[in-house]
Amino acid sequence: MSSERRRIVAALSGGVDSAVAAARLVDAGHEVTGVHLALARDTASDAPGSAPGARPSRGCCTAQDARDAARIADVLGIAFYVWDVSEAFEREVIADFLTEYARGRTPHPCARCNERIKFATVLNRAIALGFDALATGHYARIEPADPATGRGPTLHRGADPGKDQSYVLAMLTADQLATVVLPLGDAHKDEVRREAARRGLTVAAKPDSHDICFIPQGSTRAWLAARLPARPGRIVDGATGRILGEVADLTGLTVGQRRGVGLPTISSDQQRRYVTAIDVATATVTVGALTDSEVTLIVGGGAQWCGPAPGVGWRGRVQVRAHGETTPAVLTDVGAGRTVLTCELPVRGIAPGQLAVLYEGTRVVGSFTMDRSAPGVAPAAVAADVVRGVSG
Amino acid sequence: MGTTAADRLTPDTGLTPDTRVFLDHAATTPIRPAVLELVIDTMRLGGNASSLHAAGRAARRIVEQSREQLAAALRANPSEVVFTASGTEANNLALKGLFWAARDADPRRRVILTSGVEHHAVLDPVRWLAAHEGCEVVYLAVDREGRVDPAQVREILLDRADEVALVSVMWANNEVGTLNDVKDLAHTCAQFGVLFHTDAVQAVGSVPVAVDEVRPDALTLSGHKLGGPIGVGALLLRRDLRPVALLHGGGQERSVRSGTLDAPHIAGLALAVELAVAEQPAYASRVGQLRDLLITGVQQVVPDAVLNGAPGSGRLPGNAHLTFPGCEGDALLMLLDAAGIMCATGSACQAGVPEPSHVLLAMGRDERSARGSLRFSLGRSSQERDVDALIDALPGVVARARRAGQR
Repeated sequence: MSSERRRIVAALSGGVDSAVAAARLVDAGHEVTGVHLALARDTASDAPGSAPGARPSRGCCTAQDARDAARIADVLGIAFYVWDVSEAFEREVIADFLTEYARGRTPHPCARCNERIKFATVLNRAIALGFDALATGHYARIEPADPATGRGPTLHRGADPGKDQSYVLAMLTADQLATVVLPLGDAHKDEVRREAARRGLTVAAKPDSHDICFIPQGSTRAWLAARLPARPGRIVDGATGRILGEVADLTGLTVGQRRGVGLPTISSDQQRRYVTAIDVATATVTVGALTDSEVTLIVGGGAQWCGPAPGVGWRGRVQVRAHGETTPAVLTDVGAGRTVLTCELPVRGIAPGQLAVLYEGTRVVGSFTMDRSAPGVAPAAVAADVVRGVSG
Repeated sequence: MGTTAADRLTPDTGLTPDTRVFLDHAATTPIRPAVLELVIDTMRLGGNASSLHAAGRAARRIVEQSREQLAAALRANPSEVVFTASGTEANNLALKGLFWAARDADPRRRVILTSGVEHHAVLDPVRWLAAHEGCEVVYLAVDREGRVDPAQVREILLDRADEVALVSVMWANNEVGTLNDVKDLAHTCAQFGVLFHTDAVQAVGSVPVAVDEVRPDALTLSGHKLGGPIGVGALLLRRDLRPVALLHGGGQERSVRSGTLDAPHIAGLALAVELAVAEQPAYASRVGQLRDLLITGVQQVVPDAVLNGAPGSGRLPGNAHLTFPGCEGDALLMLLDAAGIMCATGSACQAGVPEPSHVLLAMGRDERSARGSLRFSLGRSSQERDVDALIDALPGVVARARRAGQR
């Protein structure tokens, strides 16, 4: 963080992380304005909706979060506003979430929200309104640009390995990073909670949010079932091709999932059974042992690079889920609209729709959305037609 | 803890009160110093106005003197004054209490006529009655300036007068400042034997309010809109009306509104009403000129800004409500706030989420213009330099808000 006084919008979710992030900026002497984002709203009000002045009521948790955010701003002595981005959120995040699940994929709404809402709609609005930067309470670190070498700002893992959120910010470009401030990059969660308590912030003990914010009860399949037509399907054993049973609705299933498929979770030969593939076109859910979902080849859409684009042959590590291990990998093809990565060790349970994030040490190199994956193919043997032909 | 709320008050803009420009008097206008002194002195006196001993008598004398003082200022009868804790409470008492009483007396009377531009303190009780108490709400149309045509009320009453429990139309609109012809509305209702309530929270002290001339059956007013304290209001209620009480208890205020009488706030309210009514002609003339200066000035620097509501004497002297095409009202508000200028986007919003103004929508505006509007409201302490400061800041603020665009 530079020492000059900047005009910063601090996104306040109502949680402890963004509160402490904002507080640190106030302490550093910046001119901080607190903004709470109204992302979702429940238009089903109990009052007749047609009456003049009928207000769409928001979910109770959201309203409580807004009050918490306002209270945090009061304690910090900063101006506070609610920005209603619910229309953009509906269009960019919720609609995409539904489309992706309807295609049998597993979207990542938080990453999508960061890409399309927080660090796009909201950041752009802040800059247009004359602010210098947007701050959030994410646990990731931004190294400022180095004018001496001409290197732009870079994104790195947060110092707390248990909380690191660089994965969900991996789609930020160097341009965006130049106007983003992440005051908790060097922080550990327990230290942030203690700091919040010391500062008299009442949200110090508020539990972390883990669920998808627009799915109130945390049951994604029930939420989807209320919005998408049921897709009955058959369950097939990936090893034998044998039909094991039927599933009333395959929407919402995810590769790597074990429970909730509607089968005994252990097969007759005492193997734990996982979903290894979902094919909406043929209404087929393939199940198998965990090792059956092992792949080394990952194919996805066009990558978003955070800094200079690496070429074919780039070697680093890939992370395929928000809180997961990394695996050594080589970039075997990169082009407009397509990225191919070969892992040096097998990775399991790749869900199409999720992000693959590439790292060099702590630095985020880039990311892409995974479309397909396939078991072992030696890097040298990868030809474009093979890649195009991979199934699953 | 040892600290009071007042100790913890910290300015959040870094601006001293002298450099701030307050253009939101319609939300809460500063308390008059004489009123503040009176409230404090009366609070020191203590006593329960219902007690039979000397201290009780002293408190009761203050309450009853205040009742007479308030009634005199508004040319009403002291026995018509029901003190409440807010304008919202007075509206709820009028709407729910009179609806229940009318329906109990005659089950056919379950219709309320009201306008779509009312304050939420009228709309929400009416909507609640519709959802839970079998009330049928008929929304009166308003014209482009936000005014109800009394002929429309007459037409409906010709048809259904014996089904109507109550008609409620505001005296002055809190957002766009348009004045209704409440005298005609009240007389129309009276002709049909139908009760008429008016929310006059924005009107008292700003325009002449003479109860003996207009003759509403119930009229709502509130302390903090006219230099009185927050936390006190009144319903002027015809003596023979017996609304069903919202609060049951000690039987104070004709058993219509139980609760220990708040002598300090009641005294403050009565003094504030007396002063505001006495100063009303001079206030309306001076503040009306400031308002016109503001409107002209804004339209000079932002030529496409559109004035909402009635022009000239058809609106509240202190109200200027303008749409700024291509801007979000909340972006304008934030940028002005950062420049030390305080105004409003309309009525208060739910958990800070700005909604398109239901008033502008009812007036036939589209959602975009309903979102891109600001209310500047002047008051007793407003000066020409407040208007100048706004005109100076506005071009830059509007340009910036336009760059940020509309949703």
